[in-house]
Amino acid sequence: MKLFKKLIPWLLLAFAFFVLPAILSQFRLNLFGRYFSLAIVALGIDLIWGYTGLLSLGQGIFFALGGYAIGMHLLLVTQNDFTTGANGLPKFFENYGVDNLPFFWQPFWSFPWTLIAIWLIPAIVAGLVGYLIFRNRIKGVYFSIITQASLMVFYHFFNGQQKLVNGTNGLKTSTTEIFGMVVGSDDAQIVFYRITLILLPFAYLLCKFLTSGRFGDALIGIRDDEARLRFTGFNPVPFKVIVYLVAGGLAGISGALYTIQSGIVSPQYMAIPMSIEMVIWVAVGGRGTLIGPIIGAVLVNYLRSLVSEALPEAWLFVQGGLFIFVVVLMPDGIYGWFKNGGFMSMLAAFGLAKKSATYPKVDMDEGYAAES
Amino acid sequence: MELIFSQLLDGLSIGSVLLLAATGLAIVFGLMGVINLAHGELMMIGAYVTYVTQNLFRPMGEGIFELYFLFALVFAFFITGIVGVILERTLIRQLYGRPLETLLATWGVSLVLIQFIRSVSTSMTIGIVVAVVLGFLAQRFAPKKLKQASFYPYLSGLAWLVSAVIGFLAITALSGSKFLSKPWFGPRNIDVTAPKWLQGSWGSIAGIELPGIRIFIILLSALLLAFVAWFLTKSVWGLRIRSVTQNRQMSNCLGIPTDNVDSITFGIGSGLAGVAGAAITLLGSVGPNLGAAYIVSCFMVIVLGGVGNLVGTVIASMMLGIIQSIIGSGAILIAFPEIPNPSRAVIEFFATTSMSYVLIFIFIIGFLQFKPTGMFPQKGRSVES
Repeated sequence: MKLFKKLIPWLLLAFAFFVLPAILSQFRLNLFGRYFSLAIVALGIDLIWGYTGLLSLGQGIFFALGGYAIGMHLLLVTQNDFTTGANGLPKFFENYGVDNLPFFWQPFWSFPWTLIAIWLIPAIVAGLVGYLIFRNRIKGVYFSIITQASLMVFYHFFNGQQKLVNGTNGLKTSTTEIFGMVVGSDDAQIVFYRITLILLPFAYLLCKFLTSGRFGDALIGIRDDEARLRFTGFNPVPFKVIVYLVAGGLAGISGALYTIQSGIVSPQYMAIPMSIEMVIWVAVGGRGTLIGPIIGAVLVNYLRSLVSEALPEAWLFVQGGLFIFVVVLMPDGIYGWFKNGGFMSMLAAFGLAKKSATYPKVDMDEGYAAES
Repeated sequence: MELIFSQLLDGLSIGSVLLLAATGLAIVFGLMGVINLAHGELMMIGAYVTYVTQNLFRPMGEGIFELYFLFALVFAFFITGIVGVILERTLIRQLYGRPLETLLATWGVSLVLIQFIRSVSTSMTIGIVVAVVLGFLAQRFAPKKLKQASFYPYLSGLAWLVSAVIGFLAITALSGSKFLSKPWFGPRNIDVTAPKWLQGSWGSIAGIELPGIRIFIILLSALLLAFVAWFLTKSVWGLRIRSVTQNRQMSNCLGIPTDNVDSITFGIGSGLAGVAGAAITLLGSVGPNLGAAYIVSCFMVIVLGGVGNLVGTVIASMMLGIIQSIIGSGAILIAFPEIPNPSRAVIEFFATTSMSYVLIFIFIIGFLQFKPTGMFPQKGRSVES
């Protein structure tokens, strides 16, 4: 039974890898590919929020940075009429009168560098921002506000810099080519879907590795009582910086996968709502567990597609209601609710299952119940 | 020089709006440690209250219509205040002591409020009223035996769900009628015309025009700030609010009704947001997404100014407003054309509204490296502070 429980996620993964492409339409499959790539950023958020207690509202920065890295590489290497301007550079540069590629885009001609940059650049940015914040013992709500503000800064920066990153329009990747395939074509999309599903378990295992063992214990110590950890001689700053950096790198990978599957990367990925939604996926799925964020990301996004296809106006109501419901009544999320016995105690309340054992005194002593 | 002065005035008025909004946010944050992400949407409600007041006063003739804005300010304060109290009583109270969760829940509230303003119509109002009344009736008239049953919490949740579905069905049934299902506001921006006495200039100092609207907003926020300062330091409830802010448990032991203090503080904070929203209508057209534009700046004011300190809030909001208007508009370059080239390039780089945000953020992060708890931190001996 225990072995079976352990196998379920892997069976589901195999199902998604082999069976889903056969039974879903291309459109749906592409959507699911996007959800799975979003699950990777959710894993990163779980690492910093669920395990370390740092609620970052700025993961969109790293998500979008990863997207921009792959987007620019695709635009650079593709040489066709849709995307390339007269000077051999992506077309938008022509519109703003830029003749020389800005220096920081130069390395993106190379494919290996791009593969590294997708996670390295977001991780470095995250480490830098994290170091500047954590070093001052800024935490709790302040940390959330500052990450949100930095998100807004990046949003404004990318929106305002047409000459460097094409401003509001972002980088369109769907008409570009990679290895002789058009990125937006069905064949390429199936490959991307499979790549996403291969990377997702690696992200999971990385998080698993980080959260088990002494490093993970230190993270949980930071979450539960940072002052005490400090008094026992640990310096929490490196732990926080490293975990924030890893979450940033995961967000970058996720953003790159999402970009090639949705066909565009734009500053909208850095808009404030997007980053808060990422946190909500984790909350809905169950923070502090590693399966929870994956469930949350896929479920919430699938729900979003269903609701907005049927009743576009209702989605914000549903989403807002879901947030409030989960936060108030289901603080452990869906997975946590099942895992911590919430489901069983519901069944027990209706008399459908045996009550779980509690301290008998509290249950039976009526005088105690009346006093409290 | 005149340009700089008028930009300064602009900055002061932007800062004043920020101040109005941030004061409410700051006292709520100081008291409960709660970041209210729906604060911007409360501002939006204040703006829409102003719009409705204007439309109500329009048929009453020229003379009275001129005064509508003063009434709108009062209405905005009380209506958003009531919304705030309802929010506190129903939701925030459940999450006491869990600030990060409150942050997420209030984000949910803000989404609901935005979509509500976009699509509210007569049929929707009827549906919501039906759902709420049914839900309450079900709770009220449930037999006592049932209430003691162990599965009652789940049952009452189910009852709410059923009444919500009935309300939704009512909306769908009524949506056939064009009249009932016409949105009141719709997703588009609305415009509020400032009364005549606010338009134009209020005289001039040394050849510089004083635009009425800007001066009015500055005066309004000064007045309200004075009121808040008086309320917090001189009134009985202000005393209670301050004592709960300092030590909640001790205040509770000494007989201060902390529940009511929470509600009142939240109500006043929300009311101030409403007034800020009303003031924003004077600066341009407003829409359902109004909140998002201001909320992050309000947070920045709190981070910079320190919590629970009005002086810090004033200085921080004015600073942000002035940086935004003087650097962001590029007024410095026009006023001082002889700036040498390297620094000129730097200023030019930041001379758009969006880039001035970048500058402000760099400034704040730099500031926090030296003073991590803001300009005027709360003094205390706890490890956490």
